[in-house]
Amino acid sequence: MTDSPMVRFDKVTKRYGPLTVLDSLDLDIARGEKVAIIGPSGSGKTTVLRMLMTLEAIDGGVIYVDGEPLTHMERNGKLVPADKAHIRRVRAKIGMVFQSFNLFPHMTAMQNCIEAPTTVLGMKRREAEARAAELLDMVGLSAKKDHYPSQLSGGQQQRVAIARALAMRPKIMLFDEVTSALDPELVGEVLQVIRRLGEEHDLTMLMVTHQMGFAKEFADRACFFYQGKICEQGEPKSFFSNPQNERTRQFLRAVLEAG
Amino acid sequence: MWDWAYTFEILPKLGWAAITTIQATLIGFVIAATLGLALALTRIAVPATAWIISVFVELIRSTPLLIQIFFIYFVGPSFGIVLDAFTAGVLAIGVHYAAYCSEVYRAGFDNIPRGQWEASTALNLSTWTTFRDIIIPQIIPPIVPALGNYLVALFKETPLLSAIAVLELMQTAKIMGSETFRYTEPMTLVGLFFLAMSLVSAALIRATETAIRRRMIR
Ligand SMILES: Nc1ncnc2c1ncn2[C@@H]1O[C@H](COP(=O)(O)OP(=O)(O)OP(=O)(O)O)[C@@H](O)[C@H]1O
Ligand SMILES: [Mg+2]
Repeated sequence: MTDSPMVRFDKVTKRYGPLTVLDSLDLDIARGEKVAIIGPSGSGKTTVLRMLMTLEAIDGGVIYVDGEPLTHMERNGKLVPADKAHIRRVRAKIGMVFQSFNLFPHMTAMQNCIEAPTTVLGMKRREAEARAAELLDMVGLSAKKDHYPSQLSGGQQQRVAIARALAMRPKIMLFDEVTSALDPELVGEVLQVIRRLGEEHDLTMLMVTHQMGFAKEFADRACFFYQGKICEQGEPKSFFSNPQNERTRQFLRAVLEAG
Repeated sequence: MWDWAYTFEILPKLGWAAITTIQATLIGFVIAATLGLALALTRIAVPATAWIISVFVELIRSTPLLIQIFFIYFVGPSFGIVLDAFTAGVLAIGVHYAAYCSEVYRAGFDNIPRGQWEASTALNLSTWTTFRDIIIPQIIPPIVPALGNYLVALFKETPLLSAIAVLELMQTAKIMGSETFRYTEPMTLVGLFFLAMSLVSAALIRATETAIRRRMIR
């Protein structure tokens, strides 16, 4: 199934009451592709990631992951809404990093990173710790492994959160404005980790970001969302230097002015 | 006024009765704490049960404990539930305080940020693991003081068991008084016992609170 996209949104619709947040969204993401999702506030960027992480149910369409339906399952040749077990099995391929870190406050950095591998993957504690130690080293936090989240800076917490997600060996990583809650001087260290991830791992990555500079150099593709639709997308160099759509132009101009 | 010889004569008997009181307190509280947690968890796991649990909790909290004790002990048998006085009384106390404890747990759960649940989902933790490893350890420190207060309150209500003739402290003291027509010594001793135990438990609860806080909240 290597020819199928890693992620496919097939006419996915999401509503909150009368508000249609995503309107029949079609989006394919290739294996190993790094996609930057940009767009104004309320355009549905977070919703896209949350649906893929199964934190939000969808109201129409199908999401496929690694060639297999995530939101649905096949029964007698027909797609029916997926049950819990199916969702859990397919969801194992996806990891997510949140804007507000969401580390477990009563656990050390190390404990945060071994909780899921030991309880979900059934890994031996020793093995899980060895792997977590490697990941914490990769994010530059070997020295802080026994610290609790409240003893870490925002940038450090976010790097632990990245290590924690990677410990589950996901094929797809979702990043939702992971630097937005950080003081400006801490943004760099987190982006540096993400950059290294892009180089060292064969990960498919989707990131919602307002860091246009980073999106431009890092992503293989930029997707501009506007009112629940992809308004324009393309290879970042041309997308950012020569946007075709008037809305994209307006948005980029506004972001640039804001600095 | 105060008869020391009589005091020493009744002390051993009161000591035994005190053990019954403490047993009733501890068993009652274990029922209250676990049943209360079960109610709060059920409410979250099966939202459809929320209203019936609310009704149950309101019903229990709006009627006197004494009536509930009588109900289980005297009305139970007409439904085929025949319990000895101690069991019936402790069960009533346990269920009564379970209603209060369930609200404490509920407030505890409500205070957990949504992000903790979402991170657990993103890490693919099972619902059970999420409760056991992520949610419950975080709700315990903030609810220890409230649960502790209910432990002391429950303890102070055990004399109600004398109403169905459980031989706990109150009932024993009453019998002594009616046999010798001296109430001063037994009642004073019982009062002092409750005072001392309440003070000790309050101190213990405070110590536990500090210890937990030091260990868990960083
Ligand atoms: N739980 C919810 N209930 C109702 N409406 C919601 C809910 N979550 C999101 N919305 C609405 O859905 C729309 C899209 O929200 P979303 O969070 O995806 O936007 P976004 O593009 O991530 O914006 P931002 O840049 O501000 O993070 C918004 O109009 C928002 O108000
Ligand atoms: Mg958002």
